[in-house]
Amino acid sequence: MYEFITGPLLWVVFAAFLGGLAYRVVWYVKGLHWQLDRVAYSAFPADGAKGAVRSIFFWLVPFGTRSWRIKPGFTAIFFGFHIGAVLVPLFLTGHAVLLHERFGINWPSIPQGLADWLTAAAIVSLVLIGLRRISLPEVRIVTSWYDWLLIVLAGLPFVTGFVAVMHWGDYQFWIIAHILTGELLLVSIPFTKLYHVVGFFLTRAQLGMDFGIKRGGRKGRNMPW
Amino acid sequence: MPEGKLCNKQPVTTKEQLDALLADTRGRVYYEEMKSLEVDKEKLRNSLKASLKSRTKTWLEMCAHCGLCADSCFLYTVNGRDPKQVPAYKIQSTLGEIVKRNGDVDNEFMLMAMETAWSKCTCCNRCGMYCPYGIDMGIMFGYLRGLLFSQGFVPWELKIGSGMHRIFHAQMDVTTEDWVETCEWMAEENGEEWPGLEIPVDKEDADIMYTCNAREPKHYPEDLAEAAILFHLAGENWTVPAEGWEQTSLTMFAGDWEGCKQQVLNVYSAIERLRPKRVIGTECGHAHRGTVVEGPYWAGRPDGQPPAPYIHYVEWIAEALRTGKIKVDPAKRIKEPVTLQDSCNYVRNHGLAMVTREIMSYMVEPGYFIEMTPNKEHNYCCGGGGGFNGVGMYRAQRNVALRKKRDQILATGCKLVIAPCHNCWDAIRDLEEEYKIGIRWSFLKPLLIKMAIVPDHLKPKEDEE
Ligand code: SF4
Ligand code: SF4
Ligand code: SF4
Repeated sequence: MYEFITGPLLWVVFAAFLGGLAYRVVWYVKGLHWQLDRVAYSAFPADGAKGAVRSIFFWLVPFGTRSWRIKPGFTAIFFGFHIGAVLVPLFLTGHAVLLHERFGINWPSIPQGLADWLTAAAIVSLVLIGLRRISLPEVRIVTSWYDWLLIVLAGLPFVTGFVAVMHWGDYQFWIIAHILTGELLLVSIPFTKLYHVVGFFLTRAQLGMDFGIKRGGRKGRNMPW
Repeated sequence: MPEGKLCNKQPVTTKEQLDALLADTRGRVYYEEMKSLEVDKEKLRNSLKASLKSRTKTWLEMCAHCGLCADSCFLYTVNGRDPKQVPAYKIQSTLGEIVKRNGDVDNEFMLMAMETAWSKCTCCNRCGMYCPYGIDMGIMFGYLRGLLFSQGFVPWELKIGSGMHRIFHAQMDVTTEDWVETCEWMAEENGEEWPGLEIPVDKEDADIMYTCNAREPKHYPEDLAEAAILFHLAGENWTVPAEGWEQTSLTMFAGDWEGCKQQVLNVYSAIERLRPKRVIGTECGHAHRGTVVEGPYWAGRPDGQPPAPYIHYVEWIAEALRTGKIKVDPAKRIKEPVTLQDSCNYVRNHGLAMVTREIMSYMVEPGYFIEMTPNKEHNYCCGGGGGFNGVGMYRAQRNVALRKKRDQILATGCKLVIAPCHNCWDAIRDLEEEYKIGIRWSFLKPLLIKMAIVPDHLKPKEDEE
């Protein structure tokens, strides 16, 4: 079982994940339309690139934009979740070992203690994100079952992985549960709005280009995100 | 497919249609007919297929439903934080639904969408700056308005506005003759005080071609005179076109894209005909947005640029003050607390925030210029943007919307507000009328004329003796 789900199944999962995301990127970029979007994307590549990079950069930095700064609570739980959600799966020692064993790739990793803390922070943050959804009327009104499904999908691998690593229960059960929910999450990403893992960069770049090319960038004014 | 005589899917293109609409006081019959206007679902589906591309689709699909955009929208905060005013909700429940149902929506839905598109969003684009994904509801509501217009669901005033543009190439019934006459009249009227004052019509190869807002010739001809006086003071070689002088675009507010294109091409052909070195538009936000920022795209210009460099009036004033073409008498600078309205259309949407501040540094005694909070790109809409000012049916909602600007102004403690945008100027006038907070408001032109140093050779003869 373990062999299969960390072997052939993992191959399939990676293929679906990467292939699906690649399709998303190609579909998005091909669908950009200078006239309908009213942005002269290719006429001013330098202004566009600058706007895109600024637009992505400031939003990646915690408290880097006015929007992040005026909502410090949300910003804290947002980054609390996302930092762990990106770093731990990518650089967990256990994952690096698996990559080496299965695919012969040497992969860097972060200290286990740090990974544990990041995971705990991610789980707590996700719970708080959920509570926020319930308690704030302005979030409740836009929330649907789909949003809850995604929170569960995104949370499961972290919870199961954490329980396994902490040896709080039957390790075998939890590690298998972790691998399967992790694979489920990976496959879901391209097929749900979780494709924001690439979509974020695409939409941010697009709006950055809009401001960089059309809405002020060429007047020498950088968008003060 | 039942369509009304006044309320239907066809844009207004003849004088008869326009007069019939105008005769229908406050659009009573028009709105009555709208209640039974059927949706052409096939057409709606086709519009979606042709114009809904990956950017907008992704915005709609990927929205995280995080609600971070809520507080960015002044209409949300000013309406008691009504969840139904959350930008994401407003767009998901209208355009989002149309897309989800692939156009399978009914009359009742379209009436709701119309109300949302024109009374719950001024297309100020502020929310786009606050969303982590950069989802810009202003742009999407603009798109939704286009869909609604093509189905005949558009407020009466804007149907008229669109018709005006299509018939007169102007937002009001100002003919070429009226316009040229007004130019002559204003030059003459002010000629005594300003010897040699001219409003040259259709001069080829001038340095500057000036374009304006139809309400200037129609209702505020002194605005045109003031523009002439300032060009005269600065010694500019300028002209206005006999045809193609109207810079505004109610078609943009109405979502009449075909009309937008016709309007802007009318201006561009004047540029091509007269070959000015550059074009300067009046103190109007949406006119600039329509003709300079968005216009090139409607006209199909792949570089997104108008045929000649085209700047906003504030850019010209800043340049004239910077280069000393116009000099301000320091004794006549504004010496009272004064604040400035940032027009979304050229500040958030065209990067001119620092230009107006530069102007303030010349026109206001140091220490007297007070910023609103927030300001520049983060400023709030005046409350009347996107056509909101002009729609009678939504007057009550518009008056609520004005409260944001009222409170921003009150917090500065200023009694004078400079508003270099016709729409903002109107909204601020209306907010004084509605809330009586004791403020005055002004364009830049009259203030600058009052404080400019007039060189001796431009003074009337009597003065010399
Ligand atoms: S801030 Fe952006 S992602 Fe969040 S709800 Fe608003 S539009 Fe959607
Ligand atoms: S564009 Fe302006 S008015 Fe419209 S939803 Fe966004 S913030 Fe509100
Ligand atoms: S009227 Fe002025 S403040 Fe209001 S949306 Fe238009 S430009 Fe912005």
